[in-house]
Amino acid sequence: MSDDDKREVEKDVTSAEPEGPEQTPGQPAVEQSPENLPAAPGQVHQVGTRHGMFGVRGSGDTSGYGGLVSAVTYPAPSQRPYGGWFDEVADALEAATRAAGVEQAVGSVVVHRGEITFHVRREDLLTVARVLRDDEALRFELCSSVSGVHYPDDTGRELHVVMHLLSMTHNRRIRVEATAPDADPHVPSVVSVYPTADWHEREAYDMFGIVFDGHPSLTRILMPDDWPGHPQRKDYPLGGIPVEYKGGTVPPPDQRRSYN
Amino acid sequence: MASNTGTDPGAGSTTGEQDLYAGTQETTEGRVFTVSGQDWDSISEGLEEGAEERVVVNMGPQHPSTHGVLRLILELEGETVTEARCGIGYLHTGIEKNMEFRSWTQGVTFCTRMDYLSPFYNEASYVLGVERLLDIEDDVPEKAQVMRVLLMELNRISSHLVAIATGGMELGALTVMTIGFRERELVLDLFELITGLRMNHAFIRPGGVAQDLPPGALDEIRGFLDLMRKRLPEYAALANANPIFKGRLEGVGHLDLEGCLALGLTGPPLRATGYPWDLRKSEPYCGYETYDFDVQTWDTADAYGRFRVRLAEMWESLKIVEQAAERLAALEGAPIMVADKKVAWPSQLSIGSDGMGNSLDHIRHIMGESMEGLIHHFKLVTEGFRVPVGQAYVPVESPRGELGAHVVSDGGTRPFRAHFRDPSFTNLQATSVMSEGGMVADVIVAIASIDPVMGGVDR
Repeated sequence: MSDDDKREVEKDVTSAEPEGPEQTPGQPAVEQSPENLPAAPGQVHQVGTRHGMFGVRGSGDTSGYGGLVSAVTYPAPSQRPYGGWFDEVADALEAATRAAGVEQAVGSVVVHRGEITFHVRREDLLTVARVLRDDEALRFELCSSVSGVHYPDDTGRELHVVMHLLSMTHNRRIRVEATAPDADPHVPSVVSVYPTADWHEREAYDMFGIVFDGHPSLTRILMPDDWPGHPQRKDYPLGGIPVEYKGGTVPPPDQRRSYN
Repeated sequence: MASNTGTDPGAGSTTGEQDLYAGTQETTEGRVFTVSGQDWDSISEGLEEGAEERVVVNMGPQHPSTHGVLRLILELEGETVTEARCGIGYLHTGIEKNMEFRSWTQGVTFCTRMDYLSPFYNEASYVLGVERLLDIEDDVPEKAQVMRVLLMELNRISSHLVAIATGGMELGALTVMTIGFRERELVLDLFELITGLRMNHAFIRPGGVAQDLPPGALDEIRGFLDLMRKRLPEYAALANANPIFKGRLEGVGHLDLEGCLALGLTGPPLRATGYPWDLRKSEPYCGYETYDFDVQTWDTADAYGRFRVRLAEMWESLKIVEQAAERLAALEGAPIMVADKKVAWPSQLSIGSDGMGNSLDHIRHIMGESMEGLIHHFKLVTEGFRVPVGQAYVPVESPRGELGAHVVSDGGTRPFRAHFRDPSFTNLQATSVMSEGGMVADVIVAIASIDPVMGGVDR
């Protein structure tokens, strides 16, 4: 099976399993940390597939393991109680965002490996950030970082903006995530709430092409101003290395034979 | 600022109030005159308005005083800085992207090169993130954790020594530099003894550390501690009572707690405002809660305060190193890697007649005794281990502040994404507020007090 064929299959598999209440029966067990309850049916969200046993592509593997297909699913949303102070923060956030005029600010909450992630809609991100900083019960004064992650297989929400917030008052750490599709990579900027996000957002723009609306000067920060493309996106073309031996080349890293 | 080209001659006449012969328009460059007649009055008036000597100076990226390849864009009025902006990216090497194409263990080799003055912190924050995803945080053996603490605290001393040394050099105190580097060399010798390298160690690995302590290392460490206790007071004597040094630092680069929080500053700048925030106390990792040390603060919120905080932190680090050395003496022969053979690095190193190399015992085992051992070695070294799907963010208190690694796994043998929240990157944003309104010479002091390492800023 050539590489192209595999990609076709990959697409088919993804399209055959739309996110929704019905899950394929062959869904493997979701990676769960002990503090989680299992997700409610239909909430498991597949973001890609993995082929073969060793992730080797193009090696002419005839062992039969190359035909294996497994789903890549990120930790599923957790159900209450989340445990510890997670519930306090979730309650306070819910109450405060409602008071700020957003009915359902938090889409889903993931508790995994002792860390809590709030997934919010991008249009609510600024309100959520302001509430997280200002509300007495929340008080997340320090924005540790804002960065991007590109999930090319997470259709319709390829670009994730990840914020790590720290409350020094309560000594708590949370993660806030918002998503945007590749076709419309706009996310509101939180610089007005956390001035420290300035350079972080510029870096996320530089590396992923995420446009932070409302940023005072969204320009490239690490790459040259006239650089084409956004290097840390998964679809960014990588260069190979020409070798001076019978016209050979070292292929780009994402096309080399490798494990994954 | 007069110009008679490039502007539309009709532009001036569209508004009634403008001079018929010398229309003006505001541009980002200032007021531009379009001279078309003979009446120069309004022009000379306009020039007087903007007669200040406004000079924009590019300082760096190749400048000995900008603490690395940092480019400063300074707008000056005489000797006073009216605007200061940073240009970064001259040391961008794409480490985060590179890590996505290497195994989880190889990632350590990349991230150790980011902030090259505190390599162990880069390694630790990344490795702690990987261990959290693997859910083996509690399985890492005690000796590995103690060795990590020992190396990190030695590293804090060497990093603070460079901060003080280069900071001194940048303001002309060359003796501070020479003695700073003299002591740092001693720390690097210890690193060389323990890890084999002076920098870029890649010593802290997922699951533990690469190698056990070599024989005699503890004696060397104790000797170093005795020497440092004698020499550290020299810095205090050289700097604290020196009126010139003090005069250059006091009141310069002021940034209070509010400003620090808004701009995300952590580390010595935050502690110099009097706020005792230290991740080693607030979110202990690697067993820091079991060590006896104090968080050092100062209350002046200026460059001098940051200098004093660094000086005092070196004493605290000496205390921690001493406790770690004591524990290591009792842990001789204890494991330094997790027991889980599916994660633990199989290869072993040892010192032979021609220096450091592969352990002959291990080679004999896999080549002569056990086929399974060979397969296991080969699979782990070439393919690596798989890390469960998920993401983790583990911050550590680096000499410059909160250093955190955000690692994302898609269940493969390579990181799906690794992002580093580098304290230098974040703290450098304070350049403008620290130096605007001051003198050019104070910009240098302000930046030296932030102590950015450009390898970490640009990654």
